[in-house]
Amino acid sequence: MFDNLSEKLQRVFKNLRGEGKLTAENMEAGLREIRVALLEADVHFKVVKQLMEGIKEKAMGQEVLTALSPSQQVIKIVHEEMIKILGAHQARLRFANEPPTVIMMVGLQGSGKTTSTGKLARYLSKNGNSPIMVSVDVYRPAARQQLAVLARDLKLPIFAGPDGENRPLELARGAKREAMQTGRDMLLIDTAGRLHIDDDLMTELAQLKEALNPTEILFVADAMTGQDAVKSVEEFHRRLGITGVILTKMDGDARGGGALSIRQVTGQPLKFVGTGEKTDAFEPFHPERVAQRILGMGDVLSFIEKVEQNIDQKQAEAMQRKLLEDEFTLEDFRDQLKQLSKLGSMESLIGMLPKTGIFKELQKAKVDEKEFGRVVAIIDSMTPGERRNHMIINGSRRRRIAKGSGTSVQRVNDLLKQYGEARKMMKSLTGGLMGLGGMMGGGKMPGGRVAAMLSKKLAGKLKMPGPPGW
Amino acid sequence: MLSSRLGGSLLDRLKQGIQKTRAGLVEAIEDTIHGKKQIDADLLEELEYKLIGADIGVRTATEILERIRQRVDRKLVGDAAGLRNVIREHLLEVLQGADRPMRWAGARPTVIMMVGVNGVGKTTTIGKLTALYKSEGKQVLMCAADTFRAAAIEQLEVWGQRTGTEVIRQQQGSDPSAVLFDALQAARARNVNVIIVDTAGRLHTKENLMTELEKMTRTARRVVEDAPHEVLLVMDGTTGQNGLEQARKFTESSGVTGIVLTKLDGTAKGGVIVAISRELGVPVRYVGVGEQVDDLLPFDPEKFIESLFA
Repeated sequence: MFDNLSEKLQRVFKNLRGEGKLTAENMEAGLREIRVALLEADVHFKVVKQLMEGIKEKAMGQEVLTALSPSQQVIKIVHEEMIKILGAHQARLRFANEPPTVIMMVGLQGSGKTTSTGKLARYLSKNGNSPIMVSVDVYRPAARQQLAVLARDLKLPIFAGPDGENRPLELARGAKREAMQTGRDMLLIDTAGRLHIDDDLMTELAQLKEALNPTEILFVADAMTGQDAVKSVEEFHRRLGITGVILTKMDGDARGGGALSIRQVTGQPLKFVGTGEKTDAFEPFHPERVAQRILGMGDVLSFIEKVEQNIDQKQAEAMQRKLLEDEFTLEDFRDQLKQLSKLGSMESLIGMLPKTGIFKELQKAKVDEKEFGRVVAIIDSMTPGERRNHMIINGSRRRRIAKGSGTSVQRVNDLLKQYGEARKMMKSLTGGLMGLGGMMGGGKMPGGRVAAMLSKKLAGKLKMPGPPGW
Repeated sequence: MLSSRLGGSLLDRLKQGIQKTRAGLVEAIEDTIHGKKQIDADLLEELEYKLIGADIGVRTATEILERIRQRVDRKLVGDAAGLRNVIREHLLEVLQGADRPMRWAGARPTVIMMVGVNGVGKTTTIGKLTALYKSEGKQVLMCAADTFRAAAIEQLEVWGQRTGTEVIRQQQGSDPSAVLFDALQAARARNVNVIIVDTAGRLHTKENLMTELEKMTRTARRVVEDAPHEVLLVMDGTTGQNGLEQARKFTESSGVTGIVLTKLDGTAKGGVIVAISRELGVPVRYVGVGEQVDDLLPFDPEKFIESLFA
């Protein structure tokens, strides 16, 4: 669908180069494709109409540039118009002057409120806050238990309330008292999912708001929602005055065009996106990235950020030194694998990359997530001596290691072969890098800086209007 | 109580349930049509936006409009009523084209697997479906094979208590195929008519989770030869164009035989089912129109559209 927007545009704009100027006539086919693409991404039709007008107005009469192809030129305009709606900057969470900051999570059934509550609590506690959660969903069977299980897994506190208490307002009040007494600076309230036309339940939310005085009321929206997204969020906003949006299920292939619509009708910013089932699959919302996703460009920036966040710089430097001194042992190999697996599932990483150009093939690659675990198990089954010097691992040692790790001799052999190749490859690679560093007069170049340089380079390359091949 | 509410006034309840759909789509069309005698380009564009607004999808909408244009050109349609008929006729054709009866097993039990993405209402639908089958005098067993989501098993057990139905379960985190295996053997042993299998919500893009569904299907076959007899994809009525991709991927991996469209008591129109019927030929079996146990109705394309235009 949207993936081939760029290809489609390239086709319809092919003959534009000779034209000199973009006009209503020569743009018509292209504009139609853009419109279809936006609608298929579930952007609300009214918002599409506005967008199209803005795009037309901007594009009309522009000189056909020689530097950019006409399709790139138009995509650039589309992208700019989208950013105009989504906001150029990342919107941050607001905090109350006096703790606890109360955050209310609201939304339709099944949008992912409970999961998002757990994820947000984890995110906050990683960022130095001390959240406590409470579920006031007394309607859905086992909803409160679901949050309790999440809290237990996250090792974060939850207010369960006195036995038999099932009045939402009382539960929320009790939780706020508890937060104050136990010195928790954030209170996250998971409310029951409800339809925006359910008057009783909407009134209940208004009462909760009245009593708790929340700093943030976050509307949790499913990225797969269609045209109805506008109606529901409009009504929640009218009744409660939402202060932000969490867009969930962004790990699927929905374009999330609803993000544009929601922002447009409420004027409230998107603050976070949910990108997976695990509790760490949660990130601040970046307008730029979602615009690129709606355009089918993937999320390269998130990918780079994730790599930078999770690779330990000191370890990277130590690794480099070891490689130089030919001390890269199986233990180091294992550490490196562990670092790699910290980045999250390979599937989600690959999912961030654009589905065009050089990354197209990669999308089809199947990664066996268990392979990491197996390799680590094999290395763990070796003696420290073996790990430091793989040359001593003979046939009988191999059999022992295979048994110890619950794998086969074949697998142990494979691993040793891989390790040998990795050693060779890294040696030549670092040799080259060091040489480069020396040439630039920098002497030793720390791994962190290499990563930073590389990511800047990548980011530069992938800036609008798109990766090579567009 | 159940059967009486499900009885005679079915059409009324369906009408009531999709009142919002009606209010939205039909009124929109009438508004569009009202006061305009001639069918012109502006009117057609407006109409297209209304259809798209119902999540019918830009392709299907274009197709309908193309039909109208042709007939207007041939002077077959000249007024609002004619316009409405063309739309009605087209939608009916698409939905009927996919219609196909439920498949019940020759020998007990009939195995029904419920699949879908996260948060569409699978567990709730199972509760309602169980109540529906019980009201028809069938013996039902539930299988808690969503071993992933926190408290999913407990949620199903609450429905088991509400409907007086046994739930076959294991611990959270256990292998769903193993739970299924046990449950099917229990279904055999207890000689029940129907066993309804709850599965964990999964995005259709997660290849390993989709493979897990394939494995469950194979496991089912080891106990009950031609199982699963029905694989129902539960879809949120608010789903947009991604619904088509959902249906496609689930059909590929687990052979979806029907769709349950939920949450139609809101303002959502569920128009994406038109695209699904059209492209994949998968019928809609039931619609969810509320939170009560009996708020699940059999889907009938003719009545659905009739209610739209009544």
